[in-house]
Amino acid sequence: MEYEAVIGLEVHVQLNTKTKIFCDCSTKFGNPPNTNVCPVCMGMPGVLPVLNREVLHKAIIAGLALNCEISAYSKFDRKQYFYPDLPKNYQVSQFDLPIALNGYLNINIEGRQKKIGITRLHMEEDAGKLIHEEGAGSKSSFVDFNRTGVPLAEIVSEPDLSTPQEAYIYLNILKNRLRYVKVSDCNMEEGSLRCDANVSIRPKGVKELGTKAEVKNMNSFKAVEKAIEYEIRRQIKAVKDKEKIVQETRLWDADKEITISMRSKEEAHDYRYFPEPDLVPMEADKKWIEELRKDLPEMPDIKAKRYMDEYKLPQADADLLTSEQDIALFYEECIKHYDNYKTIANWIMGELNQYLNKKKLLITELSKLTSENFVKLVKLVDSGVITGKSGKEIAADVIEKGVDPEKITEEKGLKQVSDESEIESIVDEVIKENPEAVENYKKGKTTVVGFLVGQVMKKSQGKANPQVVNKLFKDKL
Amino acid sequence: MAITKDDVKYVSTLARIQMNDKELEAFTGQLDTILEYMKKLNELNTDKVKPSSNILDVKNVQRQDELNTPSLTNKEALAEGPDTEGEFFKVPKVID
Ligand SMILES: [Zn+2]
Repeated sequence: MEYEAVIGLEVHVQLNTKTKIFCDCSTKFGNPPNTNVCPVCMGMPGVLPVLNREVLHKAIIAGLALNCEISAYSKFDRKQYFYPDLPKNYQVSQFDLPIALNGYLNINIEGRQKKIGITRLHMEEDAGKLIHEEGAGSKSSFVDFNRTGVPLAEIVSEPDLSTPQEAYIYLNILKNRLRYVKVSDCNMEEGSLRCDANVSIRPKGVKELGTKAEVKNMNSFKAVEKAIEYEIRRQIKAVKDKEKIVQETRLWDADKEITISMRSKEEAHDYRYFPEPDLVPMEADKKWIEELRKDLPEMPDIKAKRYMDEYKLPQADADLLTSEQDIALFYEECIKHYDNYKTIANWIMGELNQYLNKKKLLITELSKLTSENFVKLVKLVDSGVITGKSGKEIAADVIEKGVDPEKITEEKGLKQVSDESEIESIVDEVIKENPEAVENYKKGKTTVVGFLVGQVMKKSQGKANPQVVNKLFKDKL
Repeated sequence: MAITKDDVKYVSTLARIQMNDKELEAFTGQLDTILEYMKKLNELNTDKVKPSSNILDVKNVQRQDELNTPSLTNKEALAEGPDTEGEFFKVPKVID
């Protein structure tokens, strides 16, 4: 029998605000333990939490970026459970009236488009951090409440995903969109994005859903993809072996690349949600929401599609250029000056990206880089005024110091020499100095021409036009 | 009967409250009396009343995203903890 998988994702992103969701404590990462805390976030009796307006603001923007409807009326609820990282013994979350509902993202998979529904987006507070004492016989865990009350948005997808690859693409679009609208850094390694996957299988063609397992503990999108892949294989094997699939939470083990059941002793999840009496309801300001909607930038996946349609870029290029908004905006600036779309894309993905990676910089940190100079550089190479090699050599100065590539070409005398008579003397010199190579060439070992051309390039300090040099050798030998 | 002994037992487990049989009996009786009394509200016709989740006629209370009130120091934060070690609260180990 053939099986298909049904996958739903729950993504938590940290909304990037200066202070926590219900108190003035800082959200700064890396402060000493238990110093970003106050009576409100530690759940002391008698305190009054007040919603941070910026959390609501960013949650609404996130909802809009994911094509959600923003709720006209929304409220917070208490989700009750006991765990040492939760000082109040309840988490303030949203239950039946979340801030945003009914969104979707379109993903492109092997040339066809698939719509993935987003059930809801709600606001909630993060829990604290537990550090477990190491070693056999250890009896204690240590609690740091700095993260307690850090604002999160939980984004729940419909079970519309059918393959690990679809889940991977969905996550990338979700992340890129939330980064474009600047509500979250979405950095999985730093914990500002977490993803749990609900996975089940069913025989192909069957409507009812199978029993699902919730898979947690993945620390990258690739890990999410692998964990889902493993989980599908495990469930299919279990069914074929006539084992019963149980509803449970499973942890991804990145070293062994398997999921392991969390056989916890916890009782049935019964969170007994009820409205949070200390926080008043939120009624949407329709005008404000419409303004926010109008201010949304062109979304990265839409932009990528436009790059493919308008600029005829391959999908890989379009995806890469649009994954960082500031890179995409720079690209768009550049092509205003020069319409060789693919060449500009190559230079941005090549020289510029390499430079940024090497120096661990963001493009916004390059205060002297201008699109005018960058395009001038591309044009100089493209039109053959300087060689590609010279172009690469001066690229760093253009990118970092903002020098005018035309000026530096003059100053350094980098102009490519294409005039045959000028190059001819060097070619003759090289022929005279390398009788052995010349002999080999004449015997039919034509590959030595590369070596000879290299010698000419060296003598001309890289300025000789390699094509002209090549031609001259062929004529002379 | 508005509530059974099993209900009370279940809720007490969730709330981490231990009860012996005598207490269970007594509390079930008391809770039942309270809930039976509250049932009176069901006699009201609420067809035209909008659901509400808050008793106050207030909405949209928010603060600016500013660090106005300073956080506690580590010493102050840990002062109320029943057990601490270094900069942390100390609790019985929660995983095995
Ligand atoms: Zn606080």
